[in-house]
Amino acid sequence: MTTREIAVEINGEVFRRTVEPRLLLSDFIRHEARLTGTHVGCEHGVCGACTIQLDGEPVRSCLLFAVQANGRSIRTVEALAAHGDELHPLQQAFHETHALQCGFCTPGFLMTLEPFVRNADAAELDDNRIREVLAGNLCRCTGYQNIVKAVHLAVERNRT
Amino acid sequence: MKPPPFEYDDPSTLDEVLALLAEHGEDAKVLAGGQSLVPLLNFRLARPDRLIDVNGVSELDYLRLEHGTLRIGALVRHARLESSEEARAVPLLQQAVRFVGHVQIRNRGTVGGSVAHADPAAELPAALTALGARFRARSARGERVLAADELFVTHLTTSLEPDEILTEIEVPSSPPGSGAAFVEYARRHGDFALGGAAVLVRLDRGGTCEDAAIALLAAAPTPVRAAEAENALRGRVIDEAAAREAAARAVESINPTGDIHGSADYRRGLIEALLRRAILQAKESVA
Repeated sequence: MTTREIAVEINGEVFRRTVEPRLLLSDFIRHEARLTGTHVGCEHGVCGACTIQLDGEPVRSCLLFAVQANGRSIRTVEALAAHGDELHPLQQAFHETHALQCGFCTPGFLMTLEPFVRNADAAELDDNRIREVLAGNLCRCTGYQNIVKAVHLAVERNRT
Repeated sequence: MKPPPFEYDDPSTLDEVLALLAEHGEDAKVLAGGQSLVPLLNFRLARPDRLIDVNGVSELDYLRLEHGTLRIGALVRHARLESSEEARAVPLLQQAVRFVGHVQIRNRGTVGGSVAHADPAAELPAALTALGARFRARSARGERVLAADELFVTHLTTSLEPDEILTEIEVPSSPPGSGAAFVEYARRHGDFALGGAAVLVRLDRGGTCEDAAIALLAAAPTPVRAAEAENALRGRVIDEAAAREAAARAVESINPTGDIHGSADYRRGLIEALLRRAILQAKESVA
């Protein structure tokens, strides 16, 4: 069985492991790095639950192999509230607007939205633009309405 | 939902890729963005012995506008095409790429991968067909340049040989007086389309259509040009009646495959309606 030694930086910490090339990045994050905030839904790139940031860009971690992340930098949902008990502003906005119910999809939404909220211009923001960004993440509880509200709130607060 | 085992190579130069393909081509798949291949592996619908990961081959990652031709390296990601200054020379392509998957897919998926995957419902193969793009393929044996109708053979099948890799796509930039529209319908944003059309028109100063290029997606086992519709537009002022007539001509000769998402008749009607809209939108977009 072929294996490779890899070193993947996740949330600032480097994880060195020997892995099979077929190991999905989502499984590396959960089973090797033991960061279980990244959820695995469909495992074929449809649901968006496993979205992480690879060198700052949201991508599906179930459509990457861990070996492809060798030497790269990853952020997962655990990076958001990294400083103690205080929620990240986007998480706080989700909390206040009831933008989640069961919460299974939430880590994927947060990792998709975080760079978008950081760069969004509140003046040009409308529901259609937000829904376009949300389109790659499925949520079965909320009907998305409150997630759209959470984005508005987070962008608004980001401006002030 | 886990991929079967495979051997894995991650070459950093095109020459290494070509050597690996020459040796293992029959049993290997090229892995680019992986947004179509990895789901197939996870479902075990594909079981290649070896993956040749080209993500480290930086010489395939370029986007240049040279003498009126947009040169797209096969490894260019959808997101880059969507936002690049150079690609503004080809508005149809930038319109089409926004329909590809979702933001997470476009951050990773590549233009070359979309082409080589050859899904007849995919956006970029149809847009590139309308644009008269040329496709450059390399192997250790040499280089070939193919037109769309030479490249796309049938559903998920191209004429690329097992030892060949798509390296570049050449797209002529759109001349002054031209307009473009890409229209598709999918049940959910980001899904593969049930039908769609890519339209280019060039008008003279008086508004008469000098030239038209139309490609349909999800209408046949490959993206197809609608030559009869193009002929119906040439020499005419494009209005509602002209668009209606051209769209009706276009669907006379197509035979879309029906499935649970829509019967063949439904799809023919859908494509006709979408094409009529696309023709009028393309005309409106002429600056």
